[in-house]
Amino acid sequence: MSTRQRYIDVSVGLFMLLGMLAFVFMIMKVSGLSSYHQDKGYQVTADFTDIGGLKVRAPVTIAGVKVGEVTRIELQPQQLNAKVTMQLRSDKRIPYDDASARILTQGLLGSNYISIVPGLEDDNDTKHPFLREGDTIAKTQEAIILENLIGQLLFNIKK
Amino acid sequence: MLDKIAYIGQRGINTLQSIGSSGVFLLHVFFRKPDFIRLWPALRFQLYNVGVLSFLIIVVSALFIGMVVGLQGYNTLQKFGAGTQLGQLLALSISRELGPVISALLFAGRAGSALTAEIGLMKATEQLASMDMMGVDPLGRVIYPRFLAGIIALPVLALIFSVMAIYGGYFVGVDWLGIDSGSFWSNMQAAVDFRIDILSGIIKSIVFAFLVVWIAVFQGFNCVATAEGISQATTRTVVYSSLAVLGLDFLLTAMMIGGW
Repeated sequence: MSTRQRYIDVSVGLFMLLGMLAFVFMIMKVSGLSSYHQDKGYQVTADFTDIGGLKVRAPVTIAGVKVGEVTRIELQPQQLNAKVTMQLRSDKRIPYDDASARILTQGLLGSNYISIVPGLEDDNDTKHPFLREGDTIAKTQEAIILENLIGQLLFNIKK
Repeated sequence: MLDKIAYIGQRGINTLQSIGSSGVFLLHVFFRKPDFIRLWPALRFQLYNVGVLSFLIIVVSALFIGMVVGLQGYNTLQKFGAGTQLGQLLALSISRELGPVISALLFAGRAGSALTAEIGLMKATEQLASMDMMGVDPLGRVIYPRFLAGIIALPVLALIFSVMAIYGGYFVGVDWLGIDSGSFWSNMQAAVDFRIDILSGIIKSIVFAFLVVWIAVFQGFNCVATAEGISQATTRTVVYSSLAVLGLDFLLTAMMIGGW
């Protein structure tokens, strides 16, 4: 094989290799397709009377640390409230009793996220100490919507 | 007056005819039994011609475009106190739009014109005719490997473009203007979705590759076999493929954003 042919082959190989590296970079570093998808985790649901601007893929946090994300939002025709399904990382165990979920806003005008406040883990004897697949978080607090607050304020001022 | 109308009619018929014959040409190139043993060395050489030789211009322009977007974006975002969102701005604009489109335009200028000129010269010096004479199909031996090489090379180049442009923006934003590196990447990762943003960029670049190579190869194969004809065909390749890329980009974006 001539040296020119060899040079061409090597450079084409390097070129394709760089392309693959670029693809991996775009996946891992840019889109952050990270461990949440490898680690299946478990899904829990919560019913909210008003989810405000919550969207699919919004983060779910405990004490401000991201532990999962919202995977599905649907309207329940019977109760007319929103059922939010979220995927949580399985390495974080959350005491089930009294656990509550709130919809908060990042900053004044930021996007919405869910904050879970874990319950107290006082008796270890119960069969169901931690959140697990298919659970529903009973206590929820709806999103605080700025327009409603202003409306209430104006209403009170008029009185 | 009637002459002018007749001229317009003739132009219209000619345009339609050339579109039709380029479609037939595409069918002839693609619906064939590929000769893999002969295809492989030719494909490697064409990948070198089309891909590796376009590498440098893609990398350099990507770096500068990323740096400019970083600088402009930072200056505007800073007015709203959102300078840390630069990563998001960069990654979205580059992976969705600038990466596929600009690399396709550069590719049309660098590789498309070269393909047209090469095939046109082969036609002018009657190499294609003599191949035909010897019972070697020029579509299979000359056109097909170039077509495949272009379709493989442009998406790869577009990916490299995106990465280099994001690094150019990172260089300006983080190293020069002093945005925190962690918030640069985390804002980017929070905003960019693999399927919606990156995959649609890759699909775009595959479509553009197909389009640019098709135009380039067809113009070369169909040119008037004179020095002037080759120069006109080369110009047409660059003009047509730039227009087609920009126009189709709008259509693709509309399809992707409009839920598809």
